[in-house]
Amino acid sequence: MKRGSGHHHRRFGAHHPVGAHYPAGHARHGHHDRPDHHDAPRIALVGNPNAGKSALFNALTGARQRTGNYPGVTVERKAGLFALPDGTIAKLIDLPGTYSLSPISPDEAVTRDVVMGTHSLEPQPDAIIIVVDAANLDIHLRFALEVIALGLPCVVALNMVDLATRDGLTLDAARLASELGVPVIETVAVRKRGLAELDAAVLSVLNGDPVFLRKQESSLNKDSGLLPPQELNVATEARRVARAAILHEAPARQWTRMIDSVALHPVFGSVLLLATLFVMFQAVFTGAKIPQQWISDGITALQAEVRHGLPPSLLRSALTDGVITGVGAVLAFIPQILILFLFILSLEASGYMVRAAFLMDRLMARVGLSGRAFIPLLSSFACAVPGIMATRTIEDPKDRLTTMLIAPLMTCSARLPVYTIIIGAFIPARNVAPGVGLQGLVLLGLYLFGVVGALVVALVLRRTVTRSQGAGFMMEMPRYQWPVWRDLALGLWQRVMIFLKRAGTLIAGTSFVLWVLLSFPRATPVQLAAGQTQVDVSVAGHLADGVAVVLRPIGFNREIALALIPAMAAREVAVSALATAYAADDPQGGGLGKPLASRWSLPTALAFLAWFVFAPQCMSTIAVIRRETNGWKWPAFMVAYLFGLAYIAAGLTYWVARAAGL
Amino acid sequence: MRDMNTLAALKLSTPAQIIAIDWDVLGEAEAQRLQSFGFEIGAQVEPLHHAGLFARDPIACKIGRMTVAVRRAVAAAIQVAPL
Repeated sequence: MKRGSGHHHRRFGAHHPVGAHYPAGHARHGHHDRPDHHDAPRIALVGNPNAGKSALFNALTGARQRTGNYPGVTVERKAGLFALPDGTIAKLIDLPGTYSLSPISPDEAVTRDVVMGTHSLEPQPDAIIIVVDAANLDIHLRFALEVIALGLPCVVALNMVDLATRDGLTLDAARLASELGVPVIETVAVRKRGLAELDAAVLSVLNGDPVFLRKQESSLNKDSGLLPPQELNVATEARRVARAAILHEAPARQWTRMIDSVALHPVFGSVLLLATLFVMFQAVFTGAKIPQQWISDGITALQAEVRHGLPPSLLRSALTDGVITGVGAVLAFIPQILILFLFILSLEASGYMVRAAFLMDRLMARVGLSGRAFIPLLSSFACAVPGIMATRTIEDPKDRLTTMLIAPLMTCSARLPVYTIIIGAFIPARNVAPGVGLQGLVLLGLYLFGVVGALVVALVLRRTVTRSQGAGFMMEMPRYQWPVWRDLALGLWQRVMIFLKRAGTLIAGTSFVLWVLLSFPRATPVQLAAGQTQVDVSVAGHLADGVAVVLRPIGFNREIALALIPAMAAREVAVSALATAYAADDPQGGGLGKPLASRWSLPTALAFLAWFVFAPQCMSTIAVIRRETNGWKWPAFMVAYLFGLAYIAAGLTYWVARAAGL
Repeated sequence: MRDMNTLAALKLSTPAQIIAIDWDVLGEAEAQRLQSFGFEIGAQVEPLHHAGLFARDPIACKIGRMTVAVRRAVAAAIQVAPL
């Protein structure tokens, strides 16, 4: 790594994607020619992990941000817009947190590549906002010094100054600015403090404000100043600058220590973790009931409205029995998905997630993984796609691959619709102990089944195909913080939109196609033989007959075979497919639970649940593993082993349940 | 001698100074990460929590103004002198 030559510019020809997010060809010749209006200045947000970077990104851009399809925690490319004081709209890019410009993990490499201007897609930014934790200058200034040494226009956001003050620190921001040679702005991202000043500073460095340029120059010339990172002991320099900027220092962080004495206690800590997970899953199941009822009532009302308003026709049937039934069955799960994500985002934002990783490390080490894998795996309870992307923070490649391959075994939110319907129809809603419902317990059991399966698979993989030295575990444990409602709401909103988009496109589409396959060729009641239904004579019915031959030994009937085909796209489609299949039989409509309970045996229902613990029925997951491993070898391996396990698990469940006389 | 004076053997809530780090037993990435958290000769460190009752692994340590979790095997490579 050399000292950045400053503003050598790069052109993006054929490699550069066309679109609003990537304005073509940045041919800039220094600070002074501000990009014109169509070429929004690009500002990169960088910083150490736990510097409050994501909160600052949210505070600056508000809802004006794009996170791609699956927002992970700053792992994915996040970009947003914000206005500079002169009215210019600038583009803000949130880069993955890193401790230095010498990356250890793939996501750190992204940050290095972008700020050095060597990234294949993202052009070098016009200016950089370096976020540092005001309470941890010794460490955070190292990376700041490395970035400043690159010579790009920089602003330092001295973030979380309120917490630094609470911790007994008195800082001299002006002194820090003169030491670093760049503007230093005190901010409290979560309270939106210092944002206007930060915007103004960004504008001034973009304009090549001579004051700051001169300062930068002077500190470059100093002996102890900003030499190329490898020639200077950055740590020593960071400590010197920090000492200069800290006016007064008192012992720190009593709150976090007090909470940790319980949360990390050898006994109470584990109890607390288990209790947290149990409350989470119980809340997902019970807390969602009422809003879920509202949604399904709304869907039923809409169906009645359409039936009432349109004359009996194929179109009416396609709308009510096909699209509305299918989409409605899935929409009803939005409350559950919201609750689950609310828990995961809060645990993440509060700082507890890292503690959970700490407590889990030992267990993970037994199967050849590290506590670091715990966070991607816990995220996978929401959705395997952001979970798999979060594995980029795992340094060891084989460790990372193993984590990706077992991530689909974590019970994602798309399985919830399937589990809830089956549990609701077959498991009695009674309490086994005060406040502990049997249904919630079965749901917890399914989650645990997935977890245990994942651990066993990891153990086997680490001894066979993904053998390696073994990964370490080293993690910073941030201060505890109250999650900020605004950030939680934004995160929830983004995730619900992703879900709705899926429901609106993929699920509506597959529901319609399935309805067509189920409804043709059409048979009038007279044409049907005794006991025959419309499903039996339809195209889909015949297709399913074929699949059912394979699935019959594990207790699956033809409707299940019928539902599993479109559910290859996404698991929750199974619910809408079942709803559509039984609606085609029963034009009167009504809930899905009743027809299931009357047509499936209990062993079949249990086998169906066991199947979904393992089956890799999610195109997005397969696609993201292909992308992350850069080939088809590992996704193919994953699909094969998961279908194998699904078949065995469902079969065992079915036969054991039958033998037990259920 | 090593075992008695390492971070791994240090009692909880005992502040100590790092006097040597055996970089050779650490992986390259591990060593770099350790450095970036401020584990250096002369730095003050204090073990705060152990995970689990029996294995007592990993160990959460206070270093500078941060709390960092390290595994016992890594902590065993860090020689300390109690203050």
